[in-house]
Amino acid sequence: MTSSTASAVRPAIGTGATVELKGVIKEYAGQRALNGIDLTIAPGEFIALLGPSGCGKTTALRALSGLESVDGGTIHIDGTNVVDVPVNRRDIGMVFQSYSLFPHMTSLENVEFGLRMRKVATADRKARALEALEMVGLSDKGHRYAHQLSGGQQQRVALARALVTRPRVLLLDEPLSALDAKVRVQLRDEIRRIQTDLGITTLFVTHDQEEALAVADRVAVMREGQIEQIGSPEELYTSPATPFVANFVGLSNRVPGELVDRMVSVHGEQLAVVGKTQANGAVIAFIRPEDVVFDSTGIEATVVGSSFLGSLRRTQVQLSDGALISIQHGVRTQPTVGERVHIRFAGHPVSVGPRS
Amino acid sequence: MSAPAPRPRRKIAKYLGLTPFALYVLLFLAIPTTLAVVTGFFTEDGDFTFSNLLGIFDPVILRTFFSSFWLSAVSAVVGAIVGALLCFAMIGTRAEGALRTVVDSASSVLAQFGGVMLAFAFIATVGNQGLITVALRDIFDLNIFENGQWLYQVPGLLLPYIYFQVPLMVITFMPAMEGLKIQWAEANATLGGSRWTYWTRIAAPVLAPSFFGSLLLLFANAFSSYATAAALISQGAQIVPLQIRSALVSETVLGRENMAGALALGMIVVMVVVMWGYSVLQKRTARWQR
Amino acid sequence: MSGQSRIGAAPSNTLRWVILGVVGLIFAIPIVSMIEFTFRAGLSGGYTLDHWTGLFAEDAARTYRNLFTAIGNSLLLAVVTVAIVLVVLLPTMILVHLQFPRLRRVLEFICIIPITVPAVVLVVGLAPVYSVVVKLLGGSVWTLAFAYGITVLPYAYRAIQSNLDSVDVVTLSEASRSLGASWLHVSWLVLLPNLRRGILAAAFISVAVVLGEFTIASLLNRVNLQTALLQVSQSDPYVAVIFSLLALALAFALLLLIGRLGSTDRNRSTSL
Repeated sequence: MTSSTASAVRPAIGTGATVELKGVIKEYAGQRALNGIDLTIAPGEFIALLGPSGCGKTTALRALSGLESVDGGTIHIDGTNVVDVPVNRRDIGMVFQSYSLFPHMTSLENVEFGLRMRKVATADRKARALEALEMVGLSDKGHRYAHQLSGGQQQRVALARALVTRPRVLLLDEPLSALDAKVRVQLRDEIRRIQTDLGITTLFVTHDQEEALAVADRVAVMREGQIEQIGSPEELYTSPATPFVANFVGLSNRVPGELVDRMVSVHGEQLAVVGKTQANGAVIAFIRPEDVVFDSTGIEATVVGSSFLGSLRRTQVQLSDGALISIQHGVRTQPTVGERVHIRFAGHPVSVGPRS
Repeated sequence: MSAPAPRPRRKIAKYLGLTPFALYVLLFLAIPTTLAVVTGFFTEDGDFTFSNLLGIFDPVILRTFFSSFWLSAVSAVVGAIVGALLCFAMIGTRAEGALRTVVDSASSVLAQFGGVMLAFAFIATVGNQGLITVALRDIFDLNIFENGQWLYQVPGLLLPYIYFQVPLMVITFMPAMEGLKIQWAEANATLGGSRWTYWTRIAAPVLAPSFFGSLLLLFANAFSSYATAAALISQGAQIVPLQIRSALVSETVLGRENMAGALALGMIVVMVVVMWGYSVLQKRTARWQR
Repeated sequence: MSGQSRIGAAPSNTLRWVILGVVGLIFAIPIVSMIEFTFRAGLSGGYTLDHWTGLFAEDAARTYRNLFTAIGNSLLLAVVTVAIVLVVLLPTMILVHLQFPRLRRVLEFICIIPITVPAVVLVVGLAPVYSVVVKLLGGSVWTLAFAYGITVLPYAYRAIQSNLDSVDVVTLSEASRSLGASWLHVSWLVLLPNLRRGILAAAFISVAVVLGEFTIASLLNRVNLQTALLQVSQSDPYVAVIFSLLALALAFALLLLIGRLGSTDRNRSTSL
């Protein structure tokens, strides 16, 4: 990062803004889409808002952007409450899910637009826009129109356009959902790389939990207008605080068991419990497929199906009580349907929820 | 379709299915259109001639073409502007809602089925004893016919023409307005733009091809319109369709037979040019609406 | 959608209603003038219901005989025109959609031509054609429907085609054929029920067009509703205006129905 032109796009490190949402409420026709959201984002941090459709994640993002008004609570960017500041004065950059490039302008003109709004001089504008396009690897496509670009390319231009004005906060509203699987993976890594280089505070909304875990510093799982849990991807995965999070993030086997204090017994095995405490008694334990192993000293089971997934295998076995367990393992083991096997739960702590 | 090719008999049967329509269109569209275009080149006795066509350049006829152009252009421009304004006013309303369905239906009726009835409407409004005429006379002491009976001449046609052009604009232009993606306005806002910059830098350029396409459609619509003019101007041939009426009703116009054919040819040429322009602009719009 | 007006994409409620109100008012004036006219009691001033009640008088049928005949003519023409649309256009459109997809462009072009060839031009060429028709089928008014079928082509085509496009006719017919249905069964049991919306829309629009048609009838010297209205207006302008209002109201109602048809079908299909 030594060239002077690079600094035109890249601000000095550590200039990301602090974002703080406190008690944010949003109502639609009597329903609360946001029911008191509290979220603090540190400078330069990349937060993913994850949840099923209708959970309020997009509403929270749009409230931060100003595209939605709020009915209660405050939103602070770098210490200033922006709740009454209109969208075009909040100094944010936003990438939408689709269709956001202006169709009658070339990529370069699209990227220049924000600079134009800030009355940057023409020559300067063009130079900075070109750099932004370079940053996303499309410096040779400046003359192309949106309909001449692929979906992935369009989103890159959208990203360049959002970043060229050096906004304080970057907001991404499911930017990858409309793209092909392979492009999605490539682009999410690029977005993360650029974000880290620029050190810009970022909020990223997605319904794809794999995407959220792969790309964020912290993930906030949302449900019905509230944040269920916020933490690093590992925390969410290994120590889900509630059954909803355990179920939503990653795959889980739901195995009935008996809870006594902080230990749950499933099929004769004792496992430690993490997360929210439950009353003693009958519970459901959430066990990850990779935490179940084949072990000759374990529980009897019959193989009912097995899928080859390239780098690993997922096998379904049925226990004597009829329960189906999913096991994730290496591809060297190749169980056949009908085979009798023995399995163990590998002893990792699990999350439990009420058995209803 | 991996099935084996149908046997020849079945294939012919399929093509036979197209013949009723083909025959119908041939008899009642292709032949009349060809006749309309071609009779201009022949005299009553069947001799080939250019004299009918040359008749178009007679000052009287040229004046009717000019009047038609003037009437069509002015009503198209006014109709386009007012119609676009109405479309703007309806952005954001529910497409299935009461307002839209009523406006759509009313626009359809007035734009396409009004004809003679619109003539009556305007006689009732600004005719000699029209509601507005009388109101202006009694309340404001204003005689709108001081300078002549303009309602039954070309300038008078302007009012009823605008009356059906505006609804036609609403019908043709509303889809374009709805095609404005909300993401463009949102992106404009997040990039620091204002309402003004959205409309001048984004919406207007994107809407331009549609707007001008619709304008051309309105021009074509007015140019080819007959019923309202025929009802208001019972005798007279100030615009081209009325000139055709004269040519059909009395057998010679300007001492030439088959002037109707020549005039028809002239009209078709204008229509083809205008509609071609319209389709070009439509293609432009479609390209952006991906 | 107040969000839209906050960022300027849509007008604020006040602006919206000001524009609609002003334009609406201006456009209401001619209609109101017509209505006011029908209640006038002649040059003496004052108002009366006589013109309206006169329609229901005992000798109304005789006094307005010509007008009522003309109305009958127009209704007959509407029926025949709709028949032409259903019997000639509809099967052709289905056939092309299923068996001749490459001809779709051609069909579309043909059905759009009547927009470029105005009625007043078409009639120049229709006159000789109709002299033949008269020789073969007589001079009664219903033969005009042949020409009307052409004038309604653009509207009927668009109505039916948008229905064809929204329902996957190809898959439906393939599925029913694979279940053993003959083409007759497929058309009657599978296709037509799904095309109800487009067919009804095409029919209603055709009726509206036929009721409002003046040019061809007038220049071919036939009598239909519009030519009769023009003629009646010379002797009894009140009746002319009354029937104009009724015809406009009827056309409006028909088109409103089409609009409702479209939306109820859409609501039904999205609930699946």
